[in-house]
Amino acid sequence: MEILVCVKRVPDTSENEIEINSDGNDIERDDLVYSVNEWDNYAVEEAIQIVDKVGGSVTVVTVGDDESEEVLRREMAMGANNGLLLTDDAFEGSDGKGIATILKAAVEKGKYDLIMTGAQADEGAAQVGGMLAAMLDYPYASLVNMIEPAEGKMKVGREIEGGNQEINEIELPCVLSIQTGINEPRYVGIRGIRKVASVEIPELSASDLGLDAGAVGEGAAKVKRVDYFVPDMGDGAEMLEGSTEEIIAKLIDYLKAKGGLK
Amino acid sequence: MEPVLISPASFQLFGFIPTVIFSVLLPLVGVGLFTYIMAKRIAPLVKANPDFRFDRPKERILNVLKIWLGQYRHPRYMMAGVLHIIIFFGFLILSVRSTELVIKGISEGFVMPGLGGTLGDIYYFFKDYAATAVFFAVIIAAVRRGIFRPDRYHYPASYGHDHTNEAVFVCLIIATLMVSESLFEAALVAAEIQAGHEATFLAPGTLAWFFKNVLLDNSTESLQTYHIVSYYVHDFTFFFFLCFLPLGKHFHVITSLFNVYFMRLDRGNVRPVRYGVKDEELDDLETFGVKKFSDFTWKDILDFYTCADCGRCADQCPANTVKRPLSPRFISIKGRDYAFSHFPLMGNFVPQELLVGEGGIYSEDEIWSCTTCGACEQECPLGIEYINKIVDLRRGLVDEGNVPQSLQKPLSSLEKRGNPYGKMEKKRADWTKELEGCEVKILDKKTEAQTLYFVDSISSFDERMQNVARATSKILCAVGEDFGILGKEEKDSGNEVKRFGEEMLYQSLKAHNISAIQKSGVKKIVTADPHAYNSLKNEYTDIPPVEHISEVVTKAVASGKLKLKGVTEEEAGKIYTYHDPCYLGRHNGLYDPPRDAIDAIPGIRRVEMHKSRDRSFCCSGGGLMLFYEPEEEERMGVVRVKHAQKAGANVIVTACPFCLVNMEDAIKVAGLEGKMEAIDLGELIAAHIDN
Repeated sequence: MEILVCVKRVPDTSENEIEINSDGNDIERDDLVYSVNEWDNYAVEEAIQIVDKVGGSVTVVTVGDDESEEVLRREMAMGANNGLLLTDDAFEGSDGKGIATILKAAVEKGKYDLIMTGAQADEGAAQVGGMLAAMLDYPYASLVNMIEPAEGKMKVGREIEGGNQEINEIELPCVLSIQTGINEPRYVGIRGIRKVASVEIPELSASDLGLDAGAVGEGAAKVKRVDYFVPDMGDGAEMLEGSTEEIIAKLIDYLKAKGGLK
Repeated sequence: MEPVLISPASFQLFGFIPTVIFSVLLPLVGVGLFTYIMAKRIAPLVKANPDFRFDRPKERILNVLKIWLGQYRHPRYMMAGVLHIIIFFGFLILSVRSTELVIKGISEGFVMPGLGGTLGDIYYFFKDYAATAVFFAVIIAAVRRGIFRPDRYHYPASYGHDHTNEAVFVCLIIATLMVSESLFEAALVAAEIQAGHEATFLAPGTLAWFFKNVLLDNSTESLQTYHIVSYYVHDFTFFFFLCFLPLGKHFHVITSLFNVYFMRLDRGNVRPVRYGVKDEELDDLETFGVKKFSDFTWKDILDFYTCADCGRCADQCPANTVKRPLSPRFISIKGRDYAFSHFPLMGNFVPQELLVGEGGIYSEDEIWSCTTCGACEQECPLGIEYINKIVDLRRGLVDEGNVPQSLQKPLSSLEKRGNPYGKMEKKRADWTKELEGCEVKILDKKTEAQTLYFVDSISSFDERMQNVARATSKILCAVGEDFGILGKEEKDSGNEVKRFGEEMLYQSLKAHNISAIQKSGVKKIVTADPHAYNSLKNEYTDIPPVEHISEVVTKAVASGKLKLKGVTEEEAGKIYTYHDPCYLGRHNGLYDPPRDAIDAIPGIRRVEMHKSRDRSFCCSGGGLMLFYEPEEEERMGVVRVKHAQKAGANVIVTACPFCLVNMEDAIKVAGLEGKMEAIDLGELIAAHIDN
């Protein structure tokens, strides 16, 4: 089975202190460390496991600049066979639909049975997977947490409201957005990354993809970020302050006062 | 003088079969079979990875004299140890006699060269006592093992049959050897006495002496029968035992000498990924660590062969004590069983499957459960190693991407931020902000100092442990040390990164720190974190000498640079106990400086826990171990806090931030808040500075 997994490079929320910049239109990006979007990591692991079972190959693709190459290498160190970097100045400032458009062009350049994305990205809006499926006119399942690979038709499990599980049959080719917890992604160390350090990663520009530069990028974006802020504290919300011990003590007092702890 | 009994070399069975045939055949078949078995046993060692153990012969011989010949570690378990010492020396003494006997069966007048004169008289006198002592020792050992069955030998059903039958059987074999050897001689002496000859002297109270007295009334014919039968019982048993040894846990009778000679000489280190491959060539290796059996080194396999299943390692192992799925003993026993089944005595070698995980002999949890505290290696009377194997098995798992989810985040943070918490580099020195009355320099291009205080991650970032960093600084200030820290240029020492099998990440942390330390131009390094101390001292190269803060305190007190005031009224009512951190004590031998430092506080009352110094009980480990969630019935820290309670202490002093984290947590878990407290040695000293 030929699988394409769409991945994204994001600031790692567990290793950064996210602050709003002084202009208030983005986060402070100095001193940030980046990694693969967590959901995407699960998608790549799942793709590798499927290929281990039924054969085929895994290609990881991302839309970004030179720095995005590192996440492709990391996923290739995990076991993805090929990387594909979609990069062009014209792509900058794309909204979700723009990204989906770029990815669609990449999908059409290859021959894939299965397209996977993360269910959402740390700093995203969980929209690309669905849009990509619609543009390709492929069947789509979101929040997938179980896949039984098969030719032609596959069974996929989805997490639905209240922790219930739903099993669907889906025809290939299709797009699946993957939920965390579907597997346990393997560890990638420095050694793994060095092993794939010299593997050539093809780059495709807008013209390589046959894209009209006007259809993507900032100009074509119909969704624009107009503000970025930490919400004001609403009624009934209170930030506990002080040392960890003090915070814990206050929290326990609150819980006791409200009857949560006896 | 005519011999009163016909010797086995001249005897004829049924009057026409010369028994000398058996005297020749038994050794021939026995030695032949033994050689064949040994060749098969050596095969896996030949196929295994290299291991450099041929250096430093003087130290190795010293180990042999102390640990093998001196049986130095045996009395740590008094009962079993003394029994073993008796049997061990009995074997050494009687091996000469047994060899002599084998040859006597062919050439009746044979006497071991050198034993013809006075030396022989002394030898024959003592060997009878040796045989007698061994006889009683194995009877006691068999009863102890077969009837009383100490817990240490318990064998979980999932691992197959226990070794009680084998152990008792071997005791009986040895007893048979002792009895037959004595009977052989006693029958002859009884006959000599009956014939009125000058009888060979038999030492009173020995088995031979006892049998002689019993046999005196027997006819010469019966004595002749006893003489011949006991000879061949001895001869057969001797060669049977020889061939039986390499089939089970008594292989150590043969391998122990070699295993002790080749045992690890240095503590606190981990062996390289591959002997003979330099750090900078590691990238070229196809595979890392132990994945299949032949990835072990020959010394590992020799270890497996040598394990006598005595259970001392498991008895001391903290992981085993709290019922984690790890017992060092079974790392060895399962390894040996694997070697025996995959390199069989007959037939072809069996293809090797992966050692860890489904279908393998070790489970992942088993391999991640080890805290590398070293208690097992400290105890093993045979010099068997575990840390190297565990780390190499982890290297294999890491290389396959098989790392517990809970460890992946901290490892990734270590790679990106140089600390396992994912905190920003620039905040590494933030703990200094709340420090009063003492200036901590941050060493960079413009600022220099004589001494570097290497803080390491936990004391830099953990709110509670930052206090340890501040206390350490106060001590350094008080003794007048010109010191500073690396600040954001310091990265985690990587002690646990290495021990969790992530060698390449460790290499990059180490290279960064070495370069930062060299650039700082310091002349010496001090740390309060034993894990950093261990790594810097034993594994970093080309850096200035490293001291633990307890050494600084002890020296400064001795020289008068540091004055300590006496205990306060409140403290006077407390009883202190010192908990040895594994990486300070067992791995680096610093047992006394921390104790001396505590005792330097006038009026302080300190008691020792039952398990202390090289038998200290691990708090459950530091570094990445704090992130690992093992299956266990009880926390190691809780067990340790109870040790302190039992010793009558109400303050546990430790000298390691990880120990402190675990002790403080354990006090809460054990419900001992208010009754027990934990404090770092540095904090205790800093509170008593009187300069």
